[in-house]
Amino acid sequence: MIEAGAIDCDVHPTVPSLEALVPYMSEHWQDMVKTRGLDELVSISYPANSPITARADWRPAKGKPAGTLEQMRTECLDPFKTSIAICNCLYGAQLLFSEDMGSAFASAVNDWIAKEWLDREPRLRGSIVVQTQNVEMAVEEIERCAKNPRFVQVLLLASGDHPLGKRFYWPIYAAAERHGLTVGIHAGSNYHNPPTAVGWPSYYTEDYAAQAQAFQTQLTSLICEGVFSSYPKLKVVLLESGWTWLPAHLWRLSKYWHGLRMEIPWVDRSPMEIVKTNVRLSLQPTDAPPDPASLEKIIEHMQSDEILLFSTDYPHGQFEGMEVLPQGLPKSLVRKIMIDNPRATYARLLETVT
Amino acid sequence: MNVNVKPEAAKRTSTRLAIADCDIHPVRSSPNAFDPWLSARWRDHLKTFGSPRRLAMQAGPAFPKGQPDAARRDALPPEGGRAGSSLSFMQAQHLDPNNVTFGVLNPLQSGQGVANPELCAALCAATNEWQVAEWTSKDSRLKASVVVPYESADVSAAEIRKWAGHKDFVQVLVLSRTGEPLGNRRYWPIYQAAAEAGLPVAVHAFGYGGGPITSTGWPSHYIEEMAGHAQSCQAGLASIVIEGVFERFPKLKIVMVEAGFAWAPAFAWRLDKTWKALRAETPHLKRPPSEYLKEHVWWTTQPMEEPEPRTHVLDTIGWMGWDRLLFATDYPHWDFDDPSLALPLPISEEQRLSFFRENALAVYGVKA
Repeated sequence: MIEAGAIDCDVHPTVPSLEALVPYMSEHWQDMVKTRGLDELVSISYPANSPITARADWRPAKGKPAGTLEQMRTECLDPFKTSIAICNCLYGAQLLFSEDMGSAFASAVNDWIAKEWLDREPRLRGSIVVQTQNVEMAVEEIERCAKNPRFVQVLLLASGDHPLGKRFYWPIYAAAERHGLTVGIHAGSNYHNPPTAVGWPSYYTEDYAAQAQAFQTQLTSLICEGVFSSYPKLKVVLLESGWTWLPAHLWRLSKYWHGLRMEIPWVDRSPMEIVKTNVRLSLQPTDAPPDPASLEKIIEHMQSDEILLFSTDYPHGQFEGMEVLPQGLPKSLVRKIMIDNPRATYARLLETVT
Repeated sequence: MNVNVKPEAAKRTSTRLAIADCDIHPVRSSPNAFDPWLSARWRDHLKTFGSPRRLAMQAGPAFPKGQPDAARRDALPPEGGRAGSSLSFMQAQHLDPNNVTFGVLNPLQSGQGVANPELCAALCAATNEWQVAEWTSKDSRLKASVVVPYESADVSAAEIRKWAGHKDFVQVLVLSRTGEPLGNRRYWPIYQAAAEAGLPVAVHAFGYGGGPITSTGWPSHYIEEMAGHAQSCQAGLASIVIEGVFERFPKLKIVMVEAGFAWAPAFAWRLDKTWKALRAETPHLKRPPSEYLKEHVWWTTQPMEEPEPRTHVLDTIGWMGWDRLLFATDYPHWDFDDPSLALPLPISEEQRLSFFRENALAVYGVKA
């Protein structure tokens, strides 16, 4: 049974069209959109009519899934008795190659989210969308948006130009830690690199499945580069990552850490311990074993009841009806996942928002 | 990990379980060791231009290893030369004391991945001759891999057909970091020839695809490269399944080597869930991905997963099936798994036998 007052850590308001963002752009970029005839910036990570991109019963007759606040209220916030939901907008601003254009469009997305969603619905909180090619500009955007207490997180993609642990990115983590923001890493790529470690796949099925490997890579990078040694208060949340892969990944990484820790002497705790204190993963999708008993074992392998955070991944199609909690989830974990863990993760949720 | 050879090691043979070791790395005793099987043109070419692969350095790996030559420090042959270059020392240090009755040779740094496709093919062909001349003909416990220039699939298929039926060759060897994902149609002639020859295709970690080794660019450290083999091998294996390679070649066997195995269950669950949602995209697949994996894919054990508590790995093996794992030591490399320490858990005699020997003999269709 879901708990009333759930905190949903991954919902996706959809930008209805580029036109909707134009009012939030400078005159220059408004002009560029028009003069250059820009296409909609929609990532190939979510093909418009794919069953994962939106659940069939969450597709409106007209307009886009999760395209309006009303849709989100009636389809997600009300039925799941959500007290707070965190909006992770997946518009393609982060995919551009021009750092100026990427920054301008990310800012427009953030202002649009703040005005059209956060200001109008007290249950909603937002993630600050930033491009990552120019870290200085990303930090400026974090500083700008952090003034709004309804932003609780910085949003990055699972695959980008470089592994996210690289020192080059650390000013982003410093800014996030300074403002009590988590760093959310969401499924998807900016496709500046091929989406798998061995090149471009032929099928979307491979691309979506490969997201789990992208998250594994980022977790390795964040741990090995020492991000959590330097920013011990930083919380990183893996969003739409799947999570049943986590124990096996940590076993392997821990084994190599035992053998090769002289290479990364700043990592003074085992990867499993670091994850317990600094890394969280969202519930949906649950890549579950066929039987509930095996899922219980996976949870036992995780060795912590604080790692999972409730999410519906609305409007993405990850489960049927109200079956957001996978079978095999121990009862004792439900309240932790739905309420306690998100509250312990997102420092800004504890602040009063007026 | 690094182990010291115990003085009593040699004495233990008679009481030890006979085992299969599905990942042994023989090394050339000198840089010129392939010369007998190379034409004058290629010998001259190597002297003048070397054999560059798609990486920056003329010598050594892209990520410097944790130990010289990635080798156990005690594996240097007393007569000199690189670790893994002496058959007599391999016998004395590993095959005899560990009672290896069936050992699969995976020659790395042989010629696979060399950028010049003709040189790559010539070096792979020489590697195969060298395995017979220097190793398998001198110790019948050792079996060879058909080393192929996998980026040239037709040439690879011809090399497979050349050795098909030879008693000393038990598999085809490709590396995991290919130029395209391994299920891509450009590689299908390899699978066709291997399936026809009844040889499993082993996918060994490492390689020289040339692109970044993760989906998000180049990492900084050797430890990231090593942990990352699990990710690149998952991507290659997903490609093989989703492209329909097993539908097209129903007799094909794939062995994933040195990429870990504990990721396999969650990988299969994710593929199944994703396939179920998106199956309209892949009508060529007749069954859930996990069923292809259960029927066609095996994993070598090294580096053995070591959760705390260790018993958790028994859940993982249970999900995979005890028939899926092939024991491997990775001799003479630093992360060698000692068979006496690799699985210190209460398991049945049947499970122990399948893990250390019987699965390998079944997959490779041999008696030992």
